[in-house]
Amino acid sequence: MTDVTELGVAAIREGVTKGDFTAREVAEAFNANVAAAQDALNAFIVATPEKALEAADKVDADRAAGKALGKMAGVPIGMKDLFATQGVQTTAASHILEGFKPEYESTVSRKLWEAGAGMLGKLNLDQFAMGSSNETSYFGNVISPWRKQGSNAALAPGGSSGGSSAAVSARLAPAATGTDTGGSIRQPAAFTGISGIKPTYGRCSRWGIVAFASSLDQAGPMARDVRDCAIMLEAMAGFDPKDATSLDLPVPEWEAGLNADLRGKKVGIPREYRMDGMDAEVAKSWDDGIAWLKDAGAEIVDISLPHTKYALPTYYIIAPAEASSNLARYDGVRYGLRDLPDGAGLQDMYAATRAAGFGDEVKRRILIGTYVLSAGFYDAYYTQAQKVRTLISHDFKNAFTECDVILAPTTPTASFPLGDKLDDPLAMYLNDVFSVPASLAGLPAMSVPAGLNREGLPLGLQLIGKAFDEQGVLNAGLAIEQRAGFAAKPEKWW
Amino acid sequence: MSVDKATVAKIASLARLRMSDEELDRMVPEFNNILAWVEQLGEVDVTGIEPMTAVIPNSLRLRDDVVDADPLTGGGKRDAVLANAPAAEHGFFGVPKVIE
Repeated sequence: MTDVTELGVAAIREGVTKGDFTAREVAEAFNANVAAAQDALNAFIVATPEKALEAADKVDADRAAGKALGKMAGVPIGMKDLFATQGVQTTAASHILEGFKPEYESTVSRKLWEAGAGMLGKLNLDQFAMGSSNETSYFGNVISPWRKQGSNAALAPGGSSGGSSAAVSARLAPAATGTDTGGSIRQPAAFTGISGIKPTYGRCSRWGIVAFASSLDQAGPMARDVRDCAIMLEAMAGFDPKDATSLDLPVPEWEAGLNADLRGKKVGIPREYRMDGMDAEVAKSWDDGIAWLKDAGAEIVDISLPHTKYALPTYYIIAPAEASSNLARYDGVRYGLRDLPDGAGLQDMYAATRAAGFGDEVKRRILIGTYVLSAGFYDAYYTQAQKVRTLISHDFKNAFTECDVILAPTTPTASFPLGDKLDDPLAMYLNDVFSVPASLAGLPAMSVPAGLNREGLPLGLQLIGKAFDEQGVLNAGLAIEQRAGFAAKPEKWW
Repeated sequence: MSVDKATVAKIASLARLRMSDEELDRMVPEFNNILAWVEQLGEVDVTGIEPMTAVIPNSLRLRDDVVDADPLTGGGKRDAVLANAPAAEHGFFGVPKVIE
């Protein structure tokens, strides 16, 4: 029998539907990979093999009964531990939510289970999704399955969806959910040689996702290839009245619409993304991407996004501001940790609980957010940032009068060793330089693998589309995927 | 603009984060580094530009005026609401005494 853990979403669904193997066999194989890799990679906070088997048995029973199977039938997935899962610990990788077992299911995870997917476990991440290397988790670092040639140094799987990227690239799951606030799907996907798409803001319901920065947070799939992302995004997306910013639009048939023929399409190359001192191999992979899209029939046009250099500082005002407000709910009263020193009053309990429950990066962002929202500074920082955000959004609107989709690198470098940037928050923030602008504008954006650098580490290319045009992003991603011929996977050392 | 330790302590107090002296000492330079970096936004000409309120045009909806229109977010869920409380007593959230 084929090793089913080498298969992706589409192949597993097809094999289960045709009866080549059972959903239970698939779940058992991935459960075994999850268990075998846990000590080395730490990709999961909680494994739920019984949930994966339960969902698989239901799919096998449905198939035997001749019932129609869902889009994700028989596909076991990893669930980022930012999605509330009923009865299964949901922590956002924080101490303050350790032991929290939601009484309800997030909309996105519910839709995936209804489509026939099963849960392998809850994936590790940066604490409250704040980080780019998965080093801020209370439950320990995730270790990338990738290593530099000739080195055993532990590398970052990217963040915040670092458990998701590690699990998919190490074949612990054929696909996983991610969430993207400033690049948290695309950057880890690029670091680990997999694909991931953040849809238009509002496509996926935020209901039941632990909130970080609500005007930016979007869920999306991370998988081995573009088609798998299209299938899984269809299962995740859709209108939800419980999310005030949910888009009341039908979900397009992205999988059926896949088409790598780009004749008549224009691809924009933003000149401001070609920065001084850019990594030569990243620049080379970008040039490869341009050649591949040309080969697919697209016309390449030079575009300008003049406010690019202001996107990161804008993000690092708006995201902490929203986080400081969202995280006010963790007070030791309704759920999660409570630290009640002897003789403490209510206010002391709040401050002690939050001090004990949040990690350093979370505290840093709460402080920055509180500062930029405080009386006297609100206009100078927060209002100014929201105005610059409008300008960044205008930049994209103008650019899309001249092109259909934008091509750029996903990250300024390949993955870096754990610990490299931990003492320098600003250096860590700069990792998001290419991913943050699309987040600020709410646009769909995807990372696809482009190749390996000289050290044997994956590099990703990013496609940014017009609002609601996930199809254009997926199609250009597919054109790159077909030409890049990326088949590398991490050599198994765990 | 640069902030001092007293300012960071004030912000921490507003954010209900208890911080030790050592933590404050460590945070002050980090805080100032980040502030110095974001201050470059001040150089952008935003004359006549409205602050962003919604990245994707959308209008706020009203739900149907029906009790428990969506049972997931409707009422009658006291036990579920209290299930994760650190101290639930007599059907309420328990907190330290706040009235002398």
